[in-house]
Amino acid sequence: MEDTQENKPQSAEVIAAKAAWQIIREKFGDAVSELDENAFMPFFEVLKTERWREIALFMRDDARLRFNYMACLSGVDYPEEEKLGIVCNLESLGEHGHKIAVKVKCCRDKGIIPSVMKVWKTADWHEREAFDMYGMRFGGHDDLRRILCPEDWEGYPLRKDYQVQETYHGIKVPD
Amino acid sequence: MGLLDANISKHNVLVTSVDNVMNWARLSSLWPMGFGLACCAIEMMATNASNYDLERFGIFPRSSPRQSDLMIVAGTVTMKMAERVIRLYEQMPEPRYVLSMGSCSNCGGPYWKHGYHVLKGVDRIIPVDVYVPGCPPRPEALIGGLMKVQELIRMEQIGISRAEALKKLEEKSVDPSQLIQQARKGAMAS
Repeated sequence: MEDTQENKPQSAEVIAAKAAWQIIREKFGDAVSELDENAFMPFFEVLKTERWREIALFMRDDARLRFNYMACLSGVDYPEEEKLGIVCNLESLGEHGHKIAVKVKCCRDKGIIPSVMKVWKTADWHEREAFDMYGMRFGGHDDLRRILCPEDWEGYPLRKDYQVQETYHGIKVPD
Repeated sequence: MGLLDANISKHNVLVTSVDNVMNWARLSSLWPMGFGLACCAIEMMATNASNYDLERFGIFPRSSPRQSDLMIVAGTVTMKMAERVIRLYEQMPEPRYVLSMGSCSNCGGPYWKHGYHVLKGVDRIIPVDVYVPGCPPRPEALIGGLMKVQELIRMEQIGISRAEALKKLEEKSVDPSQLIQQARKGAMAS
């Protein structure tokens, strides 16, 4: 299965993503990782978390990149690495048409990821959701409150080691 | 009910008990509160709409808890919503009835084990009179549940409690499996 995939010529999407990644790599060097050239979601990781907003701004504004659309921002828990992360799906809608995904990670305990809510407005509520479910902070977010759970909810439900609280305002929670 | 079929033609006088008249009036204009929580609400709305036409039973959704007799808990009750449901229930004037519609509000449904945010059954916070199973229940099932509420109202008397009325209703219950078997036999024969 894997052999056949490797032998397959790369799709136009992956080639376009690689071209975009090369531009980012030229500018930021070690701050970004190699491109993972899988056919479904080519992605790279931001290795220097504190530079994420700078990279995001460059990706949005550079004439060759123009990632003007954030399709999604999801949270991820990596308990074995003691890390939390986000995955951003970016697209250059109506301009270059290329897509790429960016992963950013931070420490699992009180880690901070720079917020990109000022870069893509979509990120505002998505970051709040990631914070609600995983508990990473987004530095520079104007309104980092829980978005789905009640404000006085205990814990972060999508962490792998989440234990549900026994009662909420006197109502029994678990089965 | 038969009151209207009784062919009262001569003196326009009818002798009955106060209980009967009161119960008949109440069960013939059962006003549910117009609120839905999830996909069950879609079925509830379909039941209210022209195809199933709940208004033929005098059932019409009201937009305020203060004007309603019945709360149809139609859908997933989240922990966040649970407190609001309690408040709405408390705002309803007595006598009030609660119909729990669908698996989620009966017991948590598919969220029973891993739904951290879902209340595992609305009867944990308010007393429920009638449960309608299904995910979501078809309009026929909801109508069945509503008629069960009507039957419950019919069981009530001045001076007896809701619990006693529910007990009386339980004594009157029929085993549905026999009815189903009869219907099957009838279908096979024809």
